Amino acid sequence: MTYIAKPKFHHPGLPTNELGYTHRDYEGKISTLCAGCGHDSITASIIEACFELSIEPHRVAKISGIGCSSKTPDYFLGNSHGFNSVHGRMPSVLTGANLANRELIYLGVSGDGDSASIGFGQFAHAIRRAVNMVYIVENNGVYGLTKGQFSATADRGSKSKRGVVNTDSSIDLVAIALQLGATYVARSFSGDKRQLVPLIKGAIEHQGAAFLDVISPCVAFNNHVGSTKSFDYVREHNEAVNRLDVITGRAPIKIDYEPGKVEVVEQHDGTKLALRKLKDEYDPHDRLAAMNFLQQHAAKGQVVTGLLYVDTEPEDLHAHLNTVEAPLNTLSERELCPGAGVLEKINAGLR
Amino acid sequence: MPSASPISSVNDFVIRFANVNGSGSASANELFARAILRMGVPVSPRNIFPSNIQGLPTWYEVRVTEAGHLGARGGIDMMVAMNPQTFDRDVASIEPGGYLLYDSTKPIPMARFREDITVIGVPLTAICNRTYTDPRQRQLFKNIIYIGVLSALLEMDVPGIEKLLGEQYKGKEKLLQPNVHALHLGRDWALENLKCPIGLRLKPANAVGDRIFMEGNAAAALGAVYGGATVCAWYPITPSSSLAEAFTRYCSRLRVDADSKKSKYAIVQAEDELASIGLVIGAAWNGARAFTATSGPGISLMQEFVGLAYFAEIPAVIFDVQRAGPSTGMPTRTQQADLLSAAYASHGDTKHILLLPEDPTETFEFAADAFDLADRLQTPVFVMLDLDIGMNHRLCRPLAWDDQRKYDRGKVMAAPDLETGKEFGRYLDVDGDGIPFRTYPGTHPSKGSFFTRGTSRDRYARYTEEGGAYADNMQRLLRKFDTAKDLVPRPLQANADKPTKFGVIYYGSTSPAMDEAIHLLSAKGHVLDRMRVRAFPFHSSVTSFLADHDFVFVVEQNRDAQLRTMIVNECGVDPVRLVPILHYDGTPITARFISQSIGEHLTALNVAPLRKVVS
Repeated sequence: MTYIAKPKFHHPGLPTNELGYTHRDYEGKISTLCAGCGHDSITASIIEACFELSIEPHRVAKISGIGCSSKTPDYFLGNSHGFNSVHGRMPSVLTGANLANRELIYLGVSGDGDSASIGFGQFAHAIRRAVNMVYIVENNGVYGLTKGQFSATADRGSKSKRGVVNTDSSIDLVAIALQLGATYVARSFSGDKRQLVPLIKGAIEHQGAAFLDVISPCVAFNNHVGSTKSFDYVREHNEAVNRLDVITGRAPIKIDYEPGKVEVVEQHDGTKLALRKLKDEYDPHDRLAAMNFLQQHAAKGQVVTGLLYVDTEPEDLHAHLNTVEAPLNTLSERELCPGAGVLEKINAGLR
Repeated sequence: MPSASPISSVNDFVIRFANVNGSGSASANELFARAILRMGVPVSPRNIFPSNIQGLPTWYEVRVTEAGHLGARGGIDMMVAMNPQTFDRDVASIEPGGYLLYDSTKPIPMARFREDITVIGVPLTAICNRTYTDPRQRQLFKNIIYIGVLSALLEMDVPGIEKLLGEQYKGKEKLLQPNVHALHLGRDWALENLKCPIGLRLKPANAVGDRIFMEGNAAAALGAVYGGATVCAWYPITPSSSLAEAFTRYCSRLRVDADSKKSKYAIVQAEDELASIGLVIGAAWNGARAFTATSGPGISLMQEFVGLAYFAEIPAVIFDVQRAGPSTGMPTRTQQADLLSAAYASHGDTKHILLLPEDPTETFEFAADAFDLADRLQTPVFVMLDLDIGMNHRLCRPLAWDDQRKYDRGKVMAAPDLETGKEFGRYLDVDGDGIPFRTYPGTHPSKGSFFTRGTSRDRYARYTEEGGAYADNMQRLLRKFDTAKDLVPRPLQANADKPTKFGVIYYGSTSPAMDEAIHLLSAKGHVLDRMRVRAFPFHSSVTSFLADHDFVFVVEQNRDAQLRTMIVNECGVDPVRLVPILHYDGTPITARFISQSIGEHLTALNVAPLRKVVS
């Protein structure tokens, strides 16, 4: 339906959030992706998360690389600045943007080709630098725009639509993110909005490097029998370790899960993460155990989802660099230029 | 007796120190150069060093020049040969009638010297071994001891050297006394055992004035501080690393908030040059002034991002401290070989702003200007240094700053503008200069947001593959480049006293050698007008200069005549009228080379000198 202009009118009774915005205020242009694309579900979840958190849309900077996933920032938060940058290089652009203005929310959107293949290095270094961001990989294991080649997250032994079997090992970005020190690590499935929306909300509230791997089946090239990233496969092999709800001081949201053991975790900014444990043995505060758990389940062909790791006292790059509180892009010559007098002294020292 | 008569010269000679790198010679040699400056005599020192940490040959050359010729001269009048590995080569490189100072502790067969030079042996190792027991001290003080010897041989101002040592070891007085002692150890030995002074001598003069002695990389870093850069992302690469390090040093002194002790800057050593330029573009997109420093290989790696910044119109400042290429080339040798890869960086039709400073002072000025230009023109700006400017101390004008100066942040629409309903189209040419307005992210809740992309878009930043809209945008980018011609630093022209149909165009670090070459040429009766190009795109005066002369020599430090190619490409001039004068062996260009090459061409062009050569 991409040829249809998106209508602007909406029902006058649409619910509004604390800021008086409706869902529609968080939408973007109409998607040009294939009908049924998992990425559009992630877009919807991002819209939902921002709406529920009552974020001012223009306080978000959306940055992406190149690929189907990287096109999506055009389809949500139309009042935010967006930057569709260079293939595999979203992390460096986002890091630079973050340094310039620490007050915005940085939403990095990438894909598996963008982050695990061409941009693997930048992914790794942005995570290890602890950039305060939400880094979402819309992971379908395949290159869509170039019509169906394997990406580096495709599992060994999975079959392409044309029948080719992938013989290379796959990269699990979640495992790598844990190893590199991401302070909020989650995996979810584009088909499970109930799980995904709170995970995005938690990531936005997290004041450090938050990484989300969202398995997002490609309906055009990777949704067939033999694929390990198809809707059917992921539904059958999804091992959710917990269910999350995010409670902010601004907008308390009731936990609508069925009874179970609920653990409430408070993040540094006061946000509360309510985690209902589905796997009793799973501890999201133990990085080593999380890595171990992931590997064991991966060996059994299971896809572990949920909030896999959270550090409630994260540090970010600005803390490491000890930068001033004011955004660097607001400083003027008064704060930045040492002036002629200082230069005279420098001259004197150079004679 | 030497067969050539010993060179006799006051305040005008070249002395070269042959050392082993990692031996601590650099600070002693720099002390020597500074001591001469303090006598009021200009010097022009150059490091000639290997891509290595310890153990390989390194040289430090000081041209002493009361006349103020700061380019490399070529030829060595005195060699201080402290490196056995290169001894024979070093001895061979001395001018006939020149001098050799060597360590005579271990006898050297006569056959390894030359008849036509004055050989001065000093048992440096023996003196050190007698005086010091610690091997490190023996090594370090040997350097100071030979400075002491030179002070006697060349009649240097000893209290001046002591004063310099005092400044150097201020706060570390424990180190001062042993250094002064070592200095006198060498000096006293020389006065007792050698005929002092030799034919090369120093005499106090008043030719330095208020000039400063500074490296270009440090000047660039300071320019970035003054120009308001807050984000620096870089990847170590010779010869640019010391630029980012100098920025770090200056910022830690000048950019820390007095109350909070927090930093008004952010420096990231990135994982590679791609990430460096990506960070710069991200920061500049978000309204901070940002830069990276690199050299040729880094420019190659940054190509894709530079094209994005050109097309999406994002400011970026890139310092390219050029070295000899291609590939790894000669990482520690100088060239001007990145002009083309910077000017037309990236795929598709692209053109970029280049600034071409001649020395550290101009580097400081252009560095600060680059941030204004990048913001004004919303495009990458390359500041093209080279190793010769970047990593050598150069005597240059003092740095100056006008406290009334305001940063030009270019066309940025703020929330009040948007609120009043002012039309915002990110790629809309409202003023006819090709420069559109931009907004910073986070400006306004409902107005002024746009989607930045490297794909084609219309005037309102909406994605389109419509040919007309694409061409319209590409034409506007050309208009913007035209606008740049009057914003970048103008060329400087110096005409000869007499009318001439010959001109010469040059740029960057060639400047001091060119100034001197003009004197050499005019002494031979060759008259040339000259123009120093200071930026790309070329100002209209470049075209006029070409029109005003039948033949124009283009002097460059690369093999392929890169600036000449750009002039042919941009100015529509008949290439036959542009004669390339090219020096590209990795050493800095010399006045001797320029005057000889141009002289030969002028002869070949059948030009009778206007007056007889002075014999």
